[in-house]
Amino acid sequence: MSKQINVALIGNPNTGKTSVFNALTGLNQKVGNYPGITVEKKEGICKLPRGVKAHIIDLPGTYSLNASSLDENVVIELLLNKNDKDFPDIAVVVSDVENLKRNLLLFTQIKDLEIPTLLVINMADRMNYKGISLDIDYLEEHLQTKIALISTRKNTGIDNLKSLIANYKDISITPCLSASEIDKEYFDNLRKAFPNQLLYKLWLVITQDVNFGKTDRNEIDAVADFKTKSKSDLKRLQQKETIKRYQFINNVLKIGQTIDASQAKDLRSKFDRVLTHKVWGYVIFAIILLTIFQAIYDWAELPMDFIDNIFASLSEWTKNALPKGAFTSLLAEGIIPGLSGIVIFIPQIAFLFLFIAILEESGYMSRVVFLMDRIMRRFGLSGKSVVPLISGTACAIPAIMATRNIESWKERLITILVTPFTTCSARLPVYLIIISLVIPQGRFIGLSYQALTLMLLYLIGFGTAVFSAYLLNKILKIKSKSFFVVEMPNYKLPLFKNVALTVIEKTKSFVFGAGKIILAISIILWFLASYGPGEQFNNAEEIVKTEYSSDNLTEEELQHKIASHKLEHSFIGITGRAIEPTIRPLGYDWKIGIAIVSSFAAREVFVGTLATIYSVGNDDEDTIKNRMAGEVNPILGGPLFTFASGISLLLFYAFAMQCMSTLAIVKKETNSWKWPILQLVIMTAFAYIVALIAFQFLK
Amino acid sequence: MQYTLAHLKRGERAIITDVSSNHIPLKLLEMGCLPGNIVELVQVAPFQDPMYLNINGSHLAIRKETASHILIEKENYE
Repeated sequence: MSKQINVALIGNPNTGKTSVFNALTGLNQKVGNYPGITVEKKEGICKLPRGVKAHIIDLPGTYSLNASSLDENVVIELLLNKNDKDFPDIAVVVSDVENLKRNLLLFTQIKDLEIPTLLVINMADRMNYKGISLDIDYLEEHLQTKIALISTRKNTGIDNLKSLIANYKDISITPCLSASEIDKEYFDNLRKAFPNQLLYKLWLVITQDVNFGKTDRNEIDAVADFKTKSKSDLKRLQQKETIKRYQFINNVLKIGQTIDASQAKDLRSKFDRVLTHKVWGYVIFAIILLTIFQAIYDWAELPMDFIDNIFASLSEWTKNALPKGAFTSLLAEGIIPGLSGIVIFIPQIAFLFLFIAILEESGYMSRVVFLMDRIMRRFGLSGKSVVPLISGTACAIPAIMATRNIESWKERLITILVTPFTTCSARLPVYLIIISLVIPQGRFIGLSYQALTLMLLYLIGFGTAVFSAYLLNKILKIKSKSFFVVEMPNYKLPLFKNVALTVIEKTKSFVFGAGKIILAISIILWFLASYGPGEQFNNAEEIVKTEYSSDNLTEEELQHKIASHKLEHSFIGITGRAIEPTIRPLGYDWKIGIAIVSSFAAREVFVGTLATIYSVGNDDEDTIKNRMAGEVNPILGGPLFTFASGISLLLFYAFAMQCMSTLAIVKKETNSWKWPILQLVIMTAFAYIVALIAFQFLK
Repeated sequence: MQYTLAHLKRGERAIITDVSSNHIPLKLLEMGCLPGNIVELVQVAPFQDPMYLNINGSHLAIRKETASHILIEKENYE
């Protein structure tokens, strides 16, 4: 068997690079992180002709090798480090047929690194439609490469691409132009000082702010007979380099590419006329958001009820089928209810990720950025903050990572700080169950009250985010250059495969990420709820029997009294009642208190915690919701979850910072503990005050 | 009068003559915003800001402030 070859997929954003990756690897892919940083690392395996296997890495999208973000640094670090285990045997540059000129800039840079480089021209099926024709032989000759014309949409050319990759040794490693001509003297000196190094690699090390291990910039600075240039001189040289490369590319394309504009059909401008219109653009955006929320609520209801019932019967079945004992009750009263608290939300979370994936894939998201920039700027944000704020409705973690393409540090910091206010999918479980308990059924112009409440909560989250951005913009004294470039890609019908893979991948990582925490917490909670110190817990049975001896209770009622007496005096009951005074003014009892405390790890733990607490010592087969509805307020009597306490809880979860993973990511992205700690303290204090006011006002 | 990109009206085309390098990020140049290239203003958001451009076949949006550092010549395209 021959050895596995390393393939790096590189390309501009929006060229369909990920589609090529999906076409090559199918389901043989995994998504992880680069060590130490939060940049997503996608890799997969592809079988090539003649039994060769390729290990394929989908590198973050970049316009050039001049990195301006963490994601782009990853590309250069890999390409410059021959010792990296992932160092590519072949670089595959993915371009699209309509933006060939711009895509070739990156291509010529990579060629200068003398790595075998293959050019993929994607979306070849659109060539006729756009009136473009290419002279492939001419291009191959002058770009010193092999070209694979493919279409991931029509699934053509993939086999040819695979065989070109397998024969990577046939691809020339000669650069297409000599960029060093931009300043002969400077580069000659550089060559003399480091005769054993690749010239272009040295140039990148000098101009980039990246960690390169051994050959770092200081080492170059340290060489006495070599004069370095000032920062602004270097920038001017980089500009000259860019101009030089474009001259070369223009000359090649003048012959290699013909565009007959009269043949081109222009769908883009037709769509843009409406979607970026001064009035209709905003109306359509609002309608799209409305539809998404209504859909999340309506479509997911059926599968959710189904999952809820399955878990209730599973728990019941476990109790009956397995021998009685601590393990069975841990399983039936701790783990299964805890897990059901997360599995039940898969349908909704999947729908949410589905919509976000479609908005991104279709190219519509850039139009939203364009429409919103001016408005967001008033609040100290950027149009690009809209993407984190919208994807924050799925999860704040990827949303905060998505702020990396915001060019101004101040705008980016504010976006990071306010994003956790948006209603993430972890709040959804809490909202849904409380809404279904306290908001009446009924419809208002076709929308159910419950869906409207949910939408209101989303609006409150978004509104608070924007308002606090406004305050932060006034308070924070940070000077940073504000500039803004966003590519407006072509409209595309989203590829089913891409969308499906994104939804599966994201949902999986949500379920397993949260699942781990929830599983651990529900086991701990079960122990704390099933054991307790002292007389009151251990002799619960006798104490209750004596207390109610005159009341003639049925056996069932008596068992119930015993169970709740035990729970109240278990470890968890004691802790819960200790914190009860602080949360009573908000309308909660100690069980909710425990759920709130445990959900500081992650919000969605709330439902799982209540499920675990309520099922300990409870023999009935019942859904979480019914158990919550049956809870009685210990002091006032009547149901515990009333309109007032329900609204108070909803508002508390809307504002409180209850997610350790988000705090960790904020620390990483801002490189300081100051910001996450401020977030935790201010958001939680605010949540407490608002919930307090709401309950006192409504009760 | 010296025109900049910020003076362009919707649907108008012009040639870029110079970019003031201290105010323009490299990334914008890499996306094709270079002297000699043709630029067309495709669409503007309310208040003419940001501006949605087609530069040399690349579609991108930039803020008006940035656009005012890009010099253009309109004559041939009016």
